[in-house]
Amino acid sequence: MIGPDDIPYLPRGVRLHFDRVRDTWVLLAPERAITLDQVGQAILAEIDGARSFGVITQALAAKYNAPAEEIAKDSAGFLGALKDRRFLELQP
Amino acid sequence: MSARPPIAMLAELTHRCPLSCPYCSNPLELARQETELGTDDWCRVFREAADLGVLQLHLSGGEPATRRDLVDLIVAAREAGLYTNLITSGIGLNERRLHALDEAGLDHIQLSLQGTTPEMADEIGGYKGGFARKMQVAALIKEIGFPLTLNAVLHRRNLHQLPRAIEMAVEMGARRIEVATVQFHGWALKNRDALMPTMEQARDADAIVKDARKSLKGTLVIDYVPADYHSDFPKRCMGGWGTTGLNVAPDGEVLPCHAAQSIPHLQFDNVREKSLNDIWYNGSAFNAYRGTDWMQEPCRSCDMKLKDFGGCRCQAMAVVGDAAATDPVCIKSPHHGALQSQADDFSHNDTADLIYRSAPGKAVPEPAE
Ligand code: SF4
Ligand code: SF4
Repeated sequence: MIGPDDIPYLPRGVRLHFDRVRDTWVLLAPERAITLDQVGQAILAEIDGARSFGVITQALAAKYNAPAEEIAKDSAGFLGALKDRRFLELQP
Repeated sequence: MSARPPIAMLAELTHRCPLSCPYCSNPLELARQETELGTDDWCRVFREAADLGVLQLHLSGGEPATRRDLVDLIVAAREAGLYTNLITSGIGLNERRLHALDEAGLDHIQLSLQGTTPEMADEIGGYKGGFARKMQVAALIKEIGFPLTLNAVLHRRNLHQLPRAIEMAVEMGARRIEVATVQFHGWALKNRDALMPTMEQARDADAIVKDARKSLKGTLVIDYVPADYHSDFPKRCMGGWGTTGLNVAPDGEVLPCHAAQSIPHLQFDNVREKSLNDIWYNGSAFNAYRGTDWMQEPCRSCDMKLKDFGGCRCQAMAVVGDAAATDPVCIKSPHHGALQSQADDFSHNDTADLIYRSAPGKAVPEPAE
């Protein structure tokens, strides 16, 4: 599980891409293209390999006027699944 | 029929290859170099693919590194907005070329593995010294930092090496391994007696993969293609015919799957004459087995039909002689029992020799009878 102090980043070979044909954001990774909903896109766009998960959820909470705990809870599962597929890594 | 846009395109840049694996998925009739699409044609096809909705481009062959313009092609594909994956044996790549591919923006490399020892790998690939070269390339890939998938192709002769193949993937720094049991199309169909795994091997592999998935969770992702003939349900081939992906052969013919040329009545369009968009939506080969209207019983009334689309058309053609039949791997197919006992016979043939794939323009070797 990703904790508030973890610093996530997208490893080489995994990147956000705007799919102009389907008019949606996708995450491109080896052998996979994952369609992102608004929340997924918003959180992945914030991930920069420098700020912690806690700081990112705070920033999103302010931006979308939603409780930070809720954003953390909603996105931890999604990010955990990406981590299991090695589409997301945590800074050592 | 309203088809959705494709997600993935396999570009078979060439059929030329220094190796001659007896399970090569290329057709028996290999495209000669003079018939290959040129650089400009490929670059145009990449742009057309991106416009059509393709996100993932797999550059394959033969050996794609035999194309002198490989780096230019990667540049063009990235400019078109595609995710680029190079499927290679590693032969033909050196330090200078790998750095050029890095600069060109290559996203990912998939390295094939014919065996885990030089003896096995060089025998299966039919290329002496190939294993040693591959190991050098793997070290360079790691050093440069390309994301890597190791693609271990397994069959009766090398299935015992599976645990070592998984270890090697971890040592190479691969994030992912494809444990691919040979699928019997193309050249592999000529080698069923030499390559068919035994039922015991197939079940052992299931168990090894299951354990490794658990112990390597978060380190190595394992994608597994189990032994087809020893299964009771067919694979969802190509994610469903004409739903997800397309293949462009070296000469520009556009195929719904890499083995589709084995279905004799299909007619294929060529990117030299038509746009990829027109071919995808209107081409007769793509519409032949799209959806479910073409299905026969038992598929027609089966509740799995939107899950597996009746399995593989090429396999139905090869084994049953009718491309619209239920994939004989399916337990509901009237040919399932015969296929399983055939598989058992093949897997206990101890005298069969390997028939290696030939080079483009050369005759197909026949087994000594
Ligand atoms: S009968 Fe056809 S649709 Fe049903 S499981 Fe078998 S192959 Fe799939
Ligand atoms: S099932 Fe047939 S059509 Fe589909 S990929 Fe396999 S060989 Fe090709």
